[in-house]
Parts: sequence; C-alpha cells; structure tokens
Amino acid sequence: MATLHTRSAARLMIAPSVLLLLAWMVVPLALTVYFSLLRYNLLMPGMEEFAGLSNYTYFLTDPAFFQAVFNTLAIVLGVLFITVVGGIGLALLLDQPMFGQGIVRILVIAPFLIMPTVAALVWKNMFMNPVNGLFAWLAKLVGLQPFDFLANAPLFSIILIVAWQWLPFATLILLTALQSLDEEQKEAAQMDGAGALSRFIYLVLPHLSRAITVVILIQTIFLLSVFAEILVTTNGGPGTQSTNLTFLVYAQALLQFDVGGASAGGIIAVILANIVAFFLMRMIGKTLEA
Amino acid sequence: MARNVSTQRKLVTTAVAWTIGILIFFPILWTFLTSFKTEAQAIASPPAFLFFDWTTENYFEVQSRSDYFKHFMNSVVISFGSTLLGLLIAIPSAWAMAFSPTKRTKDVLMWMLSTKMMPPVGVLVPMYLIFRNTGLLDTRTGLVIVLTLINLPIIIWMLYTYFKEIPGEILEAARMDGASLAKEIIYVLTPMAIPGIASTLLLNIILAWNEAFWTLNLSAAKAAPLTAFIASYSSPEGLFYAKLSAASTMAIAPILILGWFSQKQLVRGLTFGAVK
Repeated sequence: MATLHTRSAARLMIAPSVLLLLAWMVVPLALTVYFSLLRYNLLMPGMEEFAGLSNYTYFLTDPAFFQAVFNTLAIVLGVLFITVVGGIGLALLLDQPMFGQGIVRILVIAPFLIMPTVAALVWKNMFMNPVNGLFAWLAKLVGLQPFDFLANAPLFSIILIVAWQWLPFATLILLTALQSLDEEQKEAAQMDGAGALSRFIYLVLPHLSRAITVVILIQTIFLLSVFAEILVTTNGGPGTQSTNLTFLVYAQALLQFDVGGASAGGIIAVILANIVAFFLMRMIGKTLEA
Repeated sequence: MARNVSTQRKLVTTAVAWTIGILIFFPILWTFLTSFKTEAQAIASPPAFLFFDWTTENYFEVQSRSDYFKHFMNSVVISFGSTLLGLLIAIPSAWAMAFSPTKRTKDVLMWMLSTKMMPPVGVLVPMYLIFRNTGLLDTRTGLVIVLTLINLPIIIWMLYTYFKEIPGEILEAARMDGASLAKEIIYVLTPMAIPGIASTLLLNIILAWNEAFWTLNLSAAKAAPLTAFIASYSSPEGLFYAKLSAASTMAIAPILILGWFSQKQLVRGLTFGAVK
C-alpha cells in the first residue's frame, strides 16, 4: 500500500520524536550513572574524584533509604487501594439514573484538575491544621481532642491527600467503562435470577477488569514519583517518616548538594521503577490482549 | 406502580450521589469561600460558611504583594508553549505511524510510553546541572523544553489513537488525485484531525499547568509558574488562609473550567486510548 516514497517520508517524520525522546532518556541517564560513581559535592567544586560504588553502599546502607522505599510503596498501594475501591463504588453509583447527573460528575472530577501544591496546602492548612483546621473544629464539636494529622500520622495524611486527587481519575475511567456494558446482558442476567451481588461479581467486575488494569498502570507511574504533596506539607518529616524515594533524592541533591549520592539514589529509583514496570507491563499485556 | 418505585429509588440515588459529590468537592468550595473572607474570619471558630462580610480585598493583596500576574503569565507561557511545541513535533510522527505503519510501529509506540515510566528523580541531578551550566535554570525556555519532552509520549499516543480512526482511503484518494504529501497533511488530514488535536491540546495544557516536579525544582523567582508560586505559601510567614485561598482560587480556576469542558477527552487521553 505505502510506496517507497511515503515510507521514507514516514521515517523522516518519526525521526524528530524518536531522536528527542532517545536523547532525553539516554543523555541525562548516562550522566546520572557517571555522577553516581564520583565523589562530587556542589559545595566543593573541583574536588571530584572517582569513588567506585561507595555512593551506592552509602545509599543502600542508609536507614532512611529503607524507610523511603517502604513509604514509596505505602503511598502507591494505599492510594491505589482507596481509589480503585472507592472508584468502583462511585462509578456504580454515578451509573444509576438520577437527577443532575452531569453536575455530580463535574463535582467529582474537580479534584483531579487541581494542581498538587494547591491541593496539599489547602488540606494541610484549612482541614488538617490542629488549631484552625476544619477537622479540629469538627473534633471539638463532638468533644474529641483535635488530632495533629501531619505531625502524628504524616504518611497517612499524605496518602489521604493524594487519594483525594486521584479518586476522580479512577471514577471517571471506571464510569466510562461501565457505560459501555451491554444493557441487555444485565437484563438477561436479571431475568435468569442473578442477584445484585452475583451480577456484580460475574458480569460487571470482569467487564471492568481492563479499565481497572489501566487505572493501576497509569496511577502507579505517577504515584511512584509523588513529590509536591510531600514538599509543601511535611517536607519529608518528622524525621524521614514521610520521605519517599523521590523526596530522598531531591533532598540529597538540592538540599545537601551531594551530586554523587543523589545520582546513586536516582539510579536505584530507576531500577526499582523498572522492576515495578516489568510486572505491570506483563499484567497489562495479558489484560489488553484478552 | 413500578414507575413509582423507580422514581423513589431515583430520588434516593440522587440524594446519596449529591451528598458524596459535594463532600468530594467541598475542599475546593471551601477554598473559594475562604478567599472572600478577612483573615480573622478565615480562622474563626465556629467557621462561617456563608454569612460573613464578603470582601475581594485578598485578591488585590495577592496581586500587589507577590505579583500574581507574573506567575500566571509564566504558567500560561510554559503550558501553552510546551503543548504547541509538542504538537508540532508529534503530529508528523503520529501521522506517519497511523497511516504508514511498519512492523516496528507498535514497538516504537510502546517504547515511547515506557519513557514515561522513568521516575523523574533518575535524571534530576544531570538536568539541574545542565540547566545551571547553560543558563536555562529559572527560565521559561528551560521549562518549556522539559515539559515538552515529558509530555511528548502522551501527545503522540493521543494523536495516534485519533488518527487511527480516520479512514485511510480518504488519504489514498487525495494521493490519487495528485495531492503532494504536504498538501495531503494540510488540506485533508488536518481538518479531519482537528477534534483529536484539540482534545490533545486541552489535556496537555492541563497536565503542563499542574506539573509540579520539574517546575518546582528548575525554577526560582523569575520563571516560577503558579505551582511554585503557591508552594511559597507553605512557609510560616505566608500562612494567611484568606490570601492562600485567593491565590489558590486564581491558580485553579482557569484549568477547572478547561477541564470541565474536556472531561470526555480526559478519559481517552489519559488512558492512551485504551478506554473510550
């Protein structure tokens, strides 16, 4: 179909994107690998020397590193759990006939469109603040002590904030998938005497599996790199209680100016993300091909 | 009778759905309301919901104290600039892959998607140093370049799924009639692809507007877009709820409106066409 002429033209047109993305992937990543092998601090310019793998041993034996890996996974899994379960529930609800469905949809989508720094600061100050926050007022209203969310449960608070931002995304995608479910199939199942629960388990859930997989894939990509929410709320603290890998590398690089150490951390983050991506892609491949 | 029951059920569903919808939306509504309060009212206990002296003073204060408009313009330039530049690079690529696919097209697409899986911290250090050494740090140009690169895979994927739906025969017909490649793109493909390109544009402006890793790390005072500007309110001296709310409202309002218009395309764009 395509002539030789158009085929070479096609290559020419793909070239800029491919070259740019290749450069974007290879050049900085190669530099990161190179820096990770150096003793290199921005405060001591000209003192760079080859350091072998010492940056890696430093990073991998740092207790903060294990805490950061744990926190990273806790954020990903916690947010995924809340958004997928909540998203399925909300999608089922929004799929029912009701008055003003369009407006409810708009209300539910809104948090996804809010920039992370605004979302985090609004939650931190106006809701979770132990003195002036709305939660503190509600607690006092029912006779409880106000709870200092970000000081006493920093990781949980961050998971809540991030889940609030991503719940609309899961809902929207699951709702779209739900609406493509054949009405007649549902009716047929009902005629055959299937209850609401068995209709959900045997009909709705399998139909949603593809959309759920997509939600998990895309959210995981973004959730592995949560940054702004931590920066403006807890700054990783108290201590390193709410530091994830992204934040740990940022702190090493731009607060301690340790280029070598931060680069080693960056490479470790890339390796971990690739392990996660490997399993995800396999899972996705199975679902998308089915 | 049956009709009666269903109306009743519909009313219950409506009540439940509206309650949940309003609860989810409440933080935004609360920010909006607080932006019209005085600082004293903003932290009053019990909180005032609607009955307070409405004032627009916070908005003027935010503008005069921290030059809000400058940061707004930075956001506009960075998000529009990176999106338009991305489209310019992506349209020919997506076109070629959709209409002249080879055995490797699927692999190329998957590879492009996989570049999104690289965590940004993996390249934070070299990018920061490259930017510092080339004078791109804290410039709009620098941020446009980075945001173009990080959103390019999404732009290509979105365009690809839209272009795929345009029947190839139409292009063949144009080619038979002697249209050159350039003419084919400009006069035949572009008009049919406009809706897809528009959705891609909209979604990427939203993504770029809200991007908060590179904008926070690679900008300081000069080129800081709204994400970084709002982050400056996290320091204790900036802890004024009413002003924070006014600044936040102005930062999110434009994108909230854009997003509501494009909610259908959001799903498709964000799932790379896997869910339509």
